[in-house]
This record gives sequence, structure tokens and C-alpha cells, in this order.
Amino acid sequence: MDRSATSPSTLTGGARGNGDAIFTTIVRSAAILILLGLGGMVVVMAWGARGAFATFGPGFVLGTAWNPVTQHFGAAAPVFGTLVTALLAIMLAVPLAFGIAVWLTEIAPARIAGTIGTLIQLLAAVPSIIFGMWGFAVLVPFMAHYVEPLASHTLGRVPGIGVMFRGAPYGTGFLTGGMILAVMVTPFISAVMRDVFLSMPAVLKESAYGLGMTRWEVVRRIILPWSRSSVVGGVMLGLGRALGETMAITFVIGNANHIGWSLFSPGNTIASLIALEFPESAVGSLKFSSLMAAGFLLMLISLGTLVCSRLLLRTGRVG
Amino acid sequence: MAVRDRDVTDAAAAAARWQGNSLSDMRRRMVDRVATGLCWLATVLVLLMLFSILFVLVRNGIGGLRWATLVHVTAPPGQGGGLANAIAGSLIQTGLAVLIGAPVGLLVGIYLAEFTATDGRLINLVRFVSDLLLSAPSILVGLFIYMIVVVPTGHFSGMAGALALSMLVVPVVVRTTEDMLRLVPLSMREAAIALGAPRWRVIVLVCLRAARDGVATGILLALARVSGETAPLLFTSLGNMNWSVSPAVPMASLPVTIYQYAGAAYDDWTALAWTGALLITAGILMINITVRLGLGRNRK
Repeated sequence: MDRSATSPSTLTGGARGNGDAIFTTIVRSAAILILLGLGGMVVVMAWGARGAFATFGPGFVLGTAWNPVTQHFGAAAPVFGTLVTALLAIMLAVPLAFGIAVWLTEIAPARIAGTIGTLIQLLAAVPSIIFGMWGFAVLVPFMAHYVEPLASHTLGRVPGIGVMFRGAPYGTGFLTGGMILAVMVTPFISAVMRDVFLSMPAVLKESAYGLGMTRWEVVRRIILPWSRSSVVGGVMLGLGRALGETMAITFVIGNANHIGWSLFSPGNTIASLIALEFPESAVGSLKFSSLMAAGFLLMLISLGTLVCSRLLLRTGRVG
Repeated sequence: MAVRDRDVTDAAAAAARWQGNSLSDMRRRMVDRVATGLCWLATVLVLLMLFSILFVLVRNGIGGLRWATLVHVTAPPGQGGGLANAIAGSLIQTGLAVLIGAPVGLLVGIYLAEFTATDGRLINLVRFVSDLLLSAPSILVGLFIYMIVVVPTGHFSGMAGALALSMLVVPVVVRTTEDMLRLVPLSMREAAIALGAPRWRVIVLVCLRAARDGVATGILLALARVSGETAPLLFTSLGNMNWSVSPAVPMASLPVTIYQYAGAAYDDWTALAWTGALLITAGILMINITVRLGLGRNRK
């Protein structure tokens, strides 16, 4: 493995000394630094948020106002936007990611599977701000001119769910935000799914094929039940990413403090609200504290999701 | 995790039906065809997204890819500014972030891989937290550094930006270092220990050397990951319209400049934003492709 092998004398050195003790202390302190990093984040955010929580109490979470003039702040709209866009993203991304993972592991000709898999993973490396610019330049006009008018003329007339597809076709809004997030998290979810599918003992699949099952039946009845908890973990991982995504969503969400049924209406998310309003808030002001409180909520939501994801994935240690 | 018995009996029943009932067989094959088609569709759709992004970047960004863009600093609209200070700022901040974050990540990775026997419990916790940080919202990292660096020092600085990015470097390096160290065969460790080497020399001179390609890969991937990050820099290094390479004062960076320019109403600014976006994406994809090609070669 290594051409220039270490000679025994360099390896053993002179006297033993307490090198081991020092080394152990160093690596252990580095590990504790990581714990302090996350712990520090939680504490510092809570400290910054204390003003808002003291003023508005638990009602901060349910308050719909965000008004710097009257000094009334509530996180309901950004929390709503964060959850709606992330859930939309997952609903769109899971079928895509699953299709890709099945294609890569069961359908693709071996020669091109590797290359296509790499290309899909490259999508995960594209920075979030690039997705935002692409979304604003390509997806928003496309939604405004084609998808939203068409959807409101068809789905919008269906009783019940119709209300979700009505409204002015701005192009920006919850649905566009969810779509951008879906494209961003699909590679993450499909990578987890592919790794789990590949880690499955081949003999299980072979026996199923041997019984005369079709490929889809093998996927549905053998692969999915076997990999269920890791697949759910991968989906939660994608959800965690979607919840905290900032730059891409800021470009396409429309930035309005709004809660409503229509998926076409502009809204905001916690992350986009912080990105836009934090630079205009003075340290110590109630607005500053409210933004920190919103950030604290985002931290709770996303860490909660990621903890679930890791617990589900821990068995296989993939992702 | 196990395949349930019911699934297998279902399959056996389905297979038995296959002999007798050609109608149900046709239906099963139709379902299979449709599912296969949908898998193809999903893959093609996502690939189209990738190509669409690359196409739009090249179409909108290639025009501004001139020498002047690379050597002129940012300027007010209409005065022929470039991106030189943003490019330099990005290089400095990501460089510093890797210099700070990679050693920490390396040490933690060593700890997770090599100290399982003595520190099992703490190790599980540290690994868990490191994995959380890997996916934690990067804008919160920006807020955190704002509170602990920018507020106490009283001003934005390139160093604060680098610190925020380094918090994102650490978990990536931890993950790859641990994975790579676990691939080093036990016999190599045993051989070194049998020679009488202290444990730390075994780890540094034998295990880490054997795993160095993989570890370097992890550091490169971390570099690629943070060089496109915008959110952590918004409230830490802020941006700077002038040429400045001092980490003690606010510093420009490509992502933040792109963010400021992309939303502007001036044509030359939006054009520069696209050029910056093209530059940064090309750089990141190049690092990723190189790393993946290198890994593929090593495996054979």
C-alpha cells in the first residue's frame, strides 16, 4: 500500500516517554470540541432568542404577525413555509430518488451505471445558490407561464383540493420552492437508497427471481421490506437538508409573511427570513431576538429530524 | 430488516399462479414494464435537471469570462468591474477554513476509528453529533459565529467567515478519515505494535500513511463543499467592494457577491453574477470529478 515503508527504528523511536498519553489527550480534546460546537450552537441561539421568548412567550410559535413597526413578531408563517416546502420537496423527491436507486442497482446496464451514478452525485455538489439562480431564471418563468395556469384550470376546479392550486401565477411560491428543494435533496436520498440496495445479500434477490418474480415484484416484496428502516432514514436525511436550505429557497419563495392553502402563493421559510432580514436588524433589538428565536426553532426542527434519521440509519451505517 | 415470511409465500403463490393464469401473468408483466419505465423516467428527468443547470450557467456566464473579470475588482454598476477581490476572498476564506477545520476533523476521525476499545460510549456520541453537524442548516452556523465572533469583536471579518466555513469542513473530514482508517488492515497495526512502537506512532506513521489518499480525498471534498457556501458568510465576512486580503476586516467572496449581484437591477451586475456562478460551479465539479476518478483508479 505504501512504497516508502517506515523503518522499524523510526517507528519505535527512542524512549517511550508519555507520547501516548499526550496523543490521547489531543485527539480526545478534538472530539470534545465537536460536542462543544453543537452544544454551543444550541446555547448561543437560545441566549440570543431569550428576548423574543420573554416578550411573546410560547405564543411566538403561533403568532402570525411579523411587523417591525408595531414590534409584533411571530414565527407561524415562516414555520409553516419551512414545513410545507420541505414536505412538498420530500413528496416529489422520494419517487424520483427511489426510481433512480432502482434504476442504478437493478435496471442500468453495468457499463453506464457507474457514470450515471457519478453524474447524479455531481448534482449534490452544485452549490445551493446556483440552484437558486437556476430556479429564478428557468423554473420560475416555466411555472408562471405553463404549470400554474394549466394547474389552476384543471386541478383548481376539483372540489376540495382545488383550493391548493388556485391563485395568481407569479411563478414564485411554496410549490416552486418545494420543487427546487426536491431537485437538491434527490441525490442525497438516492445515494442512501442505492447503498442499502447494494448491501443486500444477492442470494435473497436471486431466490426471488428463481421463484419467477418479475423485477418489480422483487423490488416491491423483497428489496423494500429488507431495507425499509434505512430507506426511511435516508428520506429523513433529505427532509433534514430541505428544512435548513437557505439560498436556493430565498430566490424562489417570493418572500411574503403568508399562510394559506394555495401552493402558488408567495411565502417564506425560517432560513429565507433570516437571510433577508438579519442584516437589517440591530443587535439587542426585539427583531434581532425574534430572528434568533426563529433560528432556534429551525434548529429544533432540523436536529429533531436528523436525530430520527441517524437512529434509523445507524443499523446499516450508510449515508 | 429481514424479509417477512409472508412476502416469500406471496411470491411463491404469485409464481404458482404464473403457471395457471395467463391473464394475471400479463398483468404482472405490464406492472413490471410500467415500473421499469418510471425508473428510467426518474433517472432521465434528474439528469436533465443537471444538464439544464450546466447549460444555463454556460449560456449566461461564458460571455463575462474575460481576463478583465478576473483581474478587476468589483465596481459600481456600469464601471466595468470584475470579480478579482471576490475570487481572492473566496480562496483565502476556504483555504483558512480547511487549515483550521481539517486538522480538527483529522484528529476526531482518528479518535473515532482508533479508540473504540477504551472510549466506546463517548465515541458513539461524538460520531452522532458529527453526523448531525454534517447536515445541520449552514445559516445557523453563520448565526452562531456572528454571536460568538462578530458581536464580541465588533465587526465583520474574513476570519469570522473562515471560522464559519471551518465548522462545515470538520464533519466531512471526520467522516472520510474514520472510514479510511477503518480500511487499514489489522495486521499492519499488529506488525507495528509487535515491533514495540507506541500507539500514537502506529496511528500516525502506519495507519494514517496507509490511508492518506483517502484522507486527502476527504479534505478536497470538504474544500469543494464549503467553497460554494453562501449562507454562513452573509453575517460573518459580509463582503467587501474593494481589494482586501486581510482576514481581520470584512472580506468579499464569490458566493456572497453572486448573491448580491444576482438580485440587482443592473445588467452588467447580473452578467457578472452568472460568470461567478459558472466559475464556482466549474471549480467545484472539477474537484469532485478528479476525486471520483482518482478513487475509481485506486480501487482497481
